[in-house]
Amino acid sequence: MRSRKTNIFYGIDWILVLFYFVLIFFGWINIYSATATDESLDLFNFSTEYGKQLIWICLSFPLILLILLFEAKFYEKYASLIYIVCLFSLAGLFVFGKNINGATSWYDFGGFSLQPSEFAKAAVALAIAKLVSEKQFNLNKLNNQAQALIILFIPAVLITFQPDPGSALVYSAFVFVLYREGLPFYYITIGFIAAFLFVATLYFGFLYSILGSIGLFLLVLLYFIYYRNKAFKKGWVKIVGIYLISALFIFSVDFVFNNVFEQRHRDRFNILLGKTVDVKSIGYNTNQSVITIASGGMTGRGFLEGERTQGNFVPENQTDYIFTIVGEEWGFIGSLTVILVFVFFLLRILQIAERQKSKFSRVYGYSIAAIFFTHFTINIGMVIGILPTIGIPLPFFSYGGSALWGFTVLLFLFIRLDANRSYEW
Amino acid sequence: MKRSGLLAFLIILVAIIFISRLFYLQLINNSYTTPTLNSSAVKVTYDYPERGYVYDRKGTLLVANQLSYDIMIIPREVKPLDTLEFCDLLKITKEDFIKKYTRAKTYSPRIPSTFVAQVSKSDYAYLQEKMHKFKGFFIQKRSLREYPIKSAPNVLGYISEVNESMILKNPYYQLGELIGTAGIEKTYEETLRGTKGVKHIQRDRFNREIGPYKGGIYDTLPVPGNDLFLTIDSKLQKYGEDLMVNKRGGIVAIEPSTGEILALISMPTYDPNLMVGRERSKIFSQLYLDTIRNPLLDRGLKGEYPPGSPFKVITALAALQEKVITETSTIKCINNKYHYGNRTMACHCNTFGSPVALNKAIYRSCNSYFSNAYRKTIEKYPTPEEGMNVWSSHVKSFGLGNYLNNDLSVGSKGLVPDGNLYNKWYPNVGWSATYSISNAIGQGEVLTTPIQLANMTAAVANRGYYFTPHIVKKIEGQEIDEKFTIPKHTSIDEKYFEPVIEGLFNVFENPRGTAHWSKVKGIEICGKTGTAENPHGQDHSIFIAFAPKDNPKIAIAVFVENGYWGSRWAGPIASLMIEKYLKGGTSTPWKEQAMFNGSLEDEYNKQLIEETPQIEK
Repeated sequence: MRSRKTNIFYGIDWILVLFYFVLIFFGWINIYSATATDESLDLFNFSTEYGKQLIWICLSFPLILLILLFEAKFYEKYASLIYIVCLFSLAGLFVFGKNINGATSWYDFGGFSLQPSEFAKAAVALAIAKLVSEKQFNLNKLNNQAQALIILFIPAVLITFQPDPGSALVYSAFVFVLYREGLPFYYITIGFIAAFLFVATLYFGFLYSILGSIGLFLLVLLYFIYYRNKAFKKGWVKIVGIYLISALFIFSVDFVFNNVFEQRHRDRFNILLGKTVDVKSIGYNTNQSVITIASGGMTGRGFLEGERTQGNFVPENQTDYIFTIVGEEWGFIGSLTVILVFVFFLLRILQIAERQKSKFSRVYGYSIAAIFFTHFTINIGMVIGILPTIGIPLPFFSYGGSALWGFTVLLFLFIRLDANRSYEW
Repeated sequence: MKRSGLLAFLIILVAIIFISRLFYLQLINNSYTTPTLNSSAVKVTYDYPERGYVYDRKGTLLVANQLSYDIMIIPREVKPLDTLEFCDLLKITKEDFIKKYTRAKTYSPRIPSTFVAQVSKSDYAYLQEKMHKFKGFFIQKRSLREYPIKSAPNVLGYISEVNESMILKNPYYQLGELIGTAGIEKTYEETLRGTKGVKHIQRDRFNREIGPYKGGIYDTLPVPGNDLFLTIDSKLQKYGEDLMVNKRGGIVAIEPSTGEILALISMPTYDPNLMVGRERSKIFSQLYLDTIRNPLLDRGLKGEYPPGSPFKVITALAALQEKVITETSTIKCINNKYHYGNRTMACHCNTFGSPVALNKAIYRSCNSYFSNAYRKTIEKYPTPEEGMNVWSSHVKSFGLGNYLNNDLSVGSKGLVPDGNLYNKWYPNVGWSATYSISNAIGQGEVLTTPIQLANMTAAVANRGYYFTPHIVKKIEGQEIDEKFTIPKHTSIDEKYFEPVIEGLFNVFENPRGTAHWSKVKGIEICGKTGTAENPHGQDHSIFIAFAPKDNPKIAIAVFVENGYWGSRWAGPIASLMIEKYLKGGTSTPWKEQAMFNGSLEDEYNKQLIEETPQIEK
């Protein structure tokens, strides 16, 4: 306890720190490969993206120190305040925001821009941790479920309207956290059914999905009537209710897809579902990224040798599509390594989260594991062509100062909380 | 399941799915992995060097180059275009356009292939202005062959676009490129072609060229093709072709002291310039499908004919070598017939029973004398098989009965029978020399090509050796193959040649010699007429000759299909050729005119009419 006062590094989990540096380093190598040109080989060249990223990385060290400087209790105490500040910063975008690539997600500070939605994740995670760790909180209660939902819902809606639906989608990760803390399993089931119905509706169309669900509904009814099942008397209301909700969901999916989504969003789903084959314009990214990864083979083309990388065949290959560089230049071995590093990184977070004595720390740890996991799954899934195109960054890899700082804050807050696990609570 | 396990389970599940997908993409599925230098990120362009020129032995230009413009296509880069305008510019129909486009796309969507070959210069001028409108198409300059002298297409050959089987055999070539497919263009393809230069250009995703790929380390400079100097004397070649107008057959003239082919004539022939340009394929199929005149058959190299009487020279030399006859031994011809077994053969030498010695036998072309010599040669040995083999090896030492193994693209073996052949033919009866007596006078089983016969003549002229006949005298910056500079000796001793050559000399000199009519003043020509029976109709007219008698400069063999008899067409043509080569002109213009104007077309047409009803019978 004495040493705690003098040494801010006391008790921190060096394994996570090591993972952090490995990911940052390998990520930057790939950003360098994506953006280096023959003319600019100077590392600290501010005009190049790899140069800027290096500055962001260097500036993240004081940020880490700043995070470690505060007591764990500080974060718990001010979680609500942080959350509210974050909501204001998101809302403020609609007034002061800067529009880049069609989304008003940035504050412009002259030389650089910050994207508050990247920091919002940490704030939401703190808020959820704070809420769930309250003594009276019980996730089996409907009003408590509603509280958690509202905490997640407000930033997600604000981000959706930027519009940046990809970043908003990340908040669905919290369903794993809430489940861990006692949310009934049927929420997860409903989630999967909803996802299934969503895809089925897009794939088979509104009419067939409705007809199919009616058929299924009739079969279930026939089953109950035929066997004169006792459960039927109690259950039929539920069954009819579930059916009506499903039908409503199908209808709304169809409506949202055709009337709310923009054409580019529709295209992304259609391509993935194989309903549209067009490798030239709308399917270009996915097609190119898949070809680029495939061309890496076993050992890859080598650093700075990936011709599709160097020819910039994959757009945005320094941000969302950075994994294509890993695939092409480092091959299967490199891709496998990156995936394994992520897996061990995530499992390490879970392991540490489970050993927390404080519920707050545990929920927070679970939250960041779920967030990193969602980013990892959606990003790489998209790049290797098994998920629709949803533009969210790969943690620690993708170019972008806000994302890097956002993930750094997420991780080191947890490292701070973990370092204090054995005392002070 | 424990609640805390779900996320860990999902993490591992997703990782397994990702790794499987990557395993499939990067290690199993090969359809995405393209070879480095062929991928769409790297554009490959070629610099075609100029094909080497071809000159004759005196430096006259025979084959040169002219520029041509090919419209190339990279199908995957084609954007929707005004096809009507494009077709109009290229003078093709829309159906052609679709056909060519599909063909190119099937071959490869990203490798350039020829869309329309050899656009004329005037079309090129228009096209060049408008080409920017048609994405995915570009113009490639290429040189085409040009033949200043309309002569010797059989020697020069032609170049044509490579077909897909050639591409599979030799990866150097790509669809739309040119390759020598006949004549010296084929045999000296690599010499003439040079090596194309390759440029790899790195492109970004908009297909913009962003500079040489890897700083150009894979790029090569084109190596220009080398010029060839042929052994052909183009004046003699052209003269021979003129003499052979309206006749079918072949002439081969060789310089005995080197084996250099001075003239290689095959008739009927065609203008080599026809094999160039956009009409080429139409004309080529016309020539190719003309199975009656067969202009694409090089009769000088591939035409297998019974050699007829000139072969008697070899029969005599073999008999002399085997010592079964001497210069002075004689034979009588009773009732103008030569009797063997129960059969007889016409003597053809009108000696009316007086004894005939070697010299006279040659210049009167006495069948009986040579039949007797042949028979004695074979019967010298205990079994006819052994005798036959000895005779056969003597004949083969003159380069007959096998490929000459030279630098010409085509050839035929001909046929020189040996003991085995007759063992097969007569497996159950003992056969003897008389079974194959016609071989003695070049009928029977023996078949030769004109070039073999010319080479045989050169061997006789050299008194016992020859150099493999070849067509290339000099390659720019390269030695010719040494197999052409080493003499090949026959199995006949030098001393036996003189009496035979004396006889050949008398064919012209003696008033009763069979070619006395063709004698040329001031040149000592030795020669031998031939009249070969054949199953297709009128006898072939054959002649071999060399001159001068001592230190010979030219040996020649002339075949005129269905030319009745040796001294009617082949003899005069041979002597005119010799005179042209040695003196530069003729002393008997009337004879020359007779050859220029003489035609055997009626004779050939007769075969057509006669043979057609036979099929219908």
